[in-house]
Amino acid sequence: MASSAVVAHEIRSEGGFLPWLLAPQRRGPLLVAPALIVLFLMNIFPLLWSFGLSFYNYSAKKRDVPDFVGLRFFERVVTDPVVWERFKTTAIIVSSSVLMQLVVGFLLALLFAKQFPLRRILLMLVLTPMMLSLVAVGVFFKLFYEPTFGLVSQAVAMFTGDRYALLGSPTGAIIGVVIADAWMWSPFVMLLVLAGLVSVPKYLYEAAEIDRTSPWRRFQTITFPYIKSLLLLAVLFRTIETFKLFDVVYILTEGGPGTATETIGVYVYRLAFQYFRTSQSAALAYIILFVVIVLTSLYLYAVNRRAQEVD
Amino acid sequence: MATIDIKDVTKVYPNGFKAVERINLSVGQGEVMCLLGPSGCGKTTTLRMVAGLEDITEGECQIGGRRVNDLLARERNVAMAFQFYALYPSLTVAENLKFPLHAEGRSHTEMDAKVRQVAKTLQLESVLGRKPAQLSEGEKQRVAVGRSIIRDPECFLFDEPLSRLDVTLREQMRGEIKEVLSGLSKATVIVTHDQLEALTMADRIAVMRAGIIEQVATPHDIFAKPANLFVAGFIGTPQMNLIPASFTGMDGGHGGFALPGGQKILVQVDPAVSRLAPGTEITLGIRPRNLEIMPEPVPDGLTLQVDIVEPMGAETLAHLSDGAQSMRVVCDWRVPIDEGDRLHVRFQPGYVHVFGPDEQAVRS
Repeated sequence: MASSAVVAHEIRSEGGFLPWLLAPQRRGPLLVAPALIVLFLMNIFPLLWSFGLSFYNYSAKKRDVPDFVGLRFFERVVTDPVVWERFKTTAIIVSSSVLMQLVVGFLLALLFAKQFPLRRILLMLVLTPMMLSLVAVGVFFKLFYEPTFGLVSQAVAMFTGDRYALLGSPTGAIIGVVIADAWMWSPFVMLLVLAGLVSVPKYLYEAAEIDRTSPWRRFQTITFPYIKSLLLLAVLFRTIETFKLFDVVYILTEGGPGTATETIGVYVYRLAFQYFRTSQSAALAYIILFVVIVLTSLYLYAVNRRAQEVD
Repeated sequence: MATIDIKDVTKVYPNGFKAVERINLSVGQGEVMCLLGPSGCGKTTTLRMVAGLEDITEGECQIGGRRVNDLLARERNVAMAFQFYALYPSLTVAENLKFPLHAEGRSHTEMDAKVRQVAKTLQLESVLGRKPAQLSEGEKQRVAVGRSIIRDPECFLFDEPLSRLDVTLREQMRGEIKEVLSGLSKATVIVTHDQLEALTMADRIAVMRAGIIEQVATPHDIFAKPANLFVAGFIGTPQMNLIPASFTGMDGGHGGFALPGGQKILVQVDPAVSRLAPGTEITLGIRPRNLEIMPEPVPDGLTLQVDIVEPMGAETLAHLSDGAQSMRVVCDWRVPIDEGDRLHVRFQPGYVHVFGPDEQAVRS
């Protein structure tokens, strides 16, 4: 190739490979290169590779040469009743958890918008769950719900005399997962709402006071408009995140009992690493990615709108 | 009776800052009172105490003869226009105007009729459907005023209502507000740092400094008879010339004064000046427009050199000095003045103020 010949000539004329590489005009790219290489190897390449795989019949367990099957796996995934069942489970968990996060986060924000003794310390404590690792939270709640010595079980036993396995029933397991997730992420909603509450100019409340406004009307006309877009952001962001729920569920219930808490995230994991239907799981993962991208663009739209409102 | 009475009111903030100290002020029915003073003088604090947005540390505030110290803002039935307008951003202009009426329990037809009436008075009819963000500063300001006058309160409070408008708009709105206010026979308090605003809109002006009311008087009196050095220096543009001098004694209705340069002059002063002991260090005050330029040196006049000439349109402002003192003089624009000229000026009789060592005006 001519260009490689040119490079070879350059290297010779600059007195070797190393001086050529360290020339000032190549320092920038050189410094960025390691990060780019890692990014390509760990993120971009697997992403493209798995996207390719979703069009082939391939299993990571078999040595067969993958053959091209086009959109067959996408079709199979979309028409699979199990997938729709998992989507439904996910939707139930996402909607209940996000709703709970909104309610709790909102109430916490209203509380912390006021000044009271020990506010800062309490605020830090309330924010802690958000900072914890997902796995730690999963383990906490697993112990918390544990039938023989868990706190929940013991508390129930004080009234009924019987031990209680919350995660034993399908509904209980969903409730358990939702509580764990909502416990962890309500502070996040609180932070967003609190930011909105703090951004309301004080003189508006003063004007409302002069205008003898009722508390409900004051909330409706002054407070809510300022937190509306942030609430929307919170809903979208938490929906996107909860949609991908995996860690907490996997540790708490492993999707059980039966498949009661098997979210779409857990199902993809099973397809990929337990059933080794690699191509099918890749196809499903890309469908999930598509859903998340749609949600994310809604989210970005909301962010922009908020930015305009703040201006 | 829609009156406001402030009696010995003091405000101390939790951090110990004394914003207002034992002030007394009463605003009669239909009277427009302007609180005027430099920023941080306590005028807004005073207004907010009347509104019920700040606690009163000491003293008493009465609205319509009723003690309101312990009433919430919502219980005082006052209307207030805020410096930053405080329009509700999510509501249209019409809804903003209508907002205070909800608490009065009126019917919708009645409220709409009121909104139309106020919108007509303030020329807001064409923007009734807009949100505050889509309004110009002048329109926002009018909505803020409209939202307060749509009610039937005990009194009206305005916090720097025109401070955010540009000069032309400010002039126009000054007249409009004055007209609107004259139609409402309520006690009105306007806070401003702009003396022109106070002089044009107020029935009486209370000049404040550092939490204290320095003088309460009609715009005319506050200009013509400033009670002390601060008011004399604060009111009137260009600022009054304040010349330190020493009183040498009376001579047939005229006061004799020794100026810093050693020159002695005799000027017509208030008879009360005769009560001062000769030798008292006083301050003479004369407004730049009351210095008369003479064609040649006159007895009891001064001759000074022109340092700077500032044309102001119809008039010219000249800064004069003679080493010992500096003065400002304003004359008609047609009078030719150049930097470096020597001007002969004399004090117009009857316009000289004398301020004693306690900074108070010496006046009968």
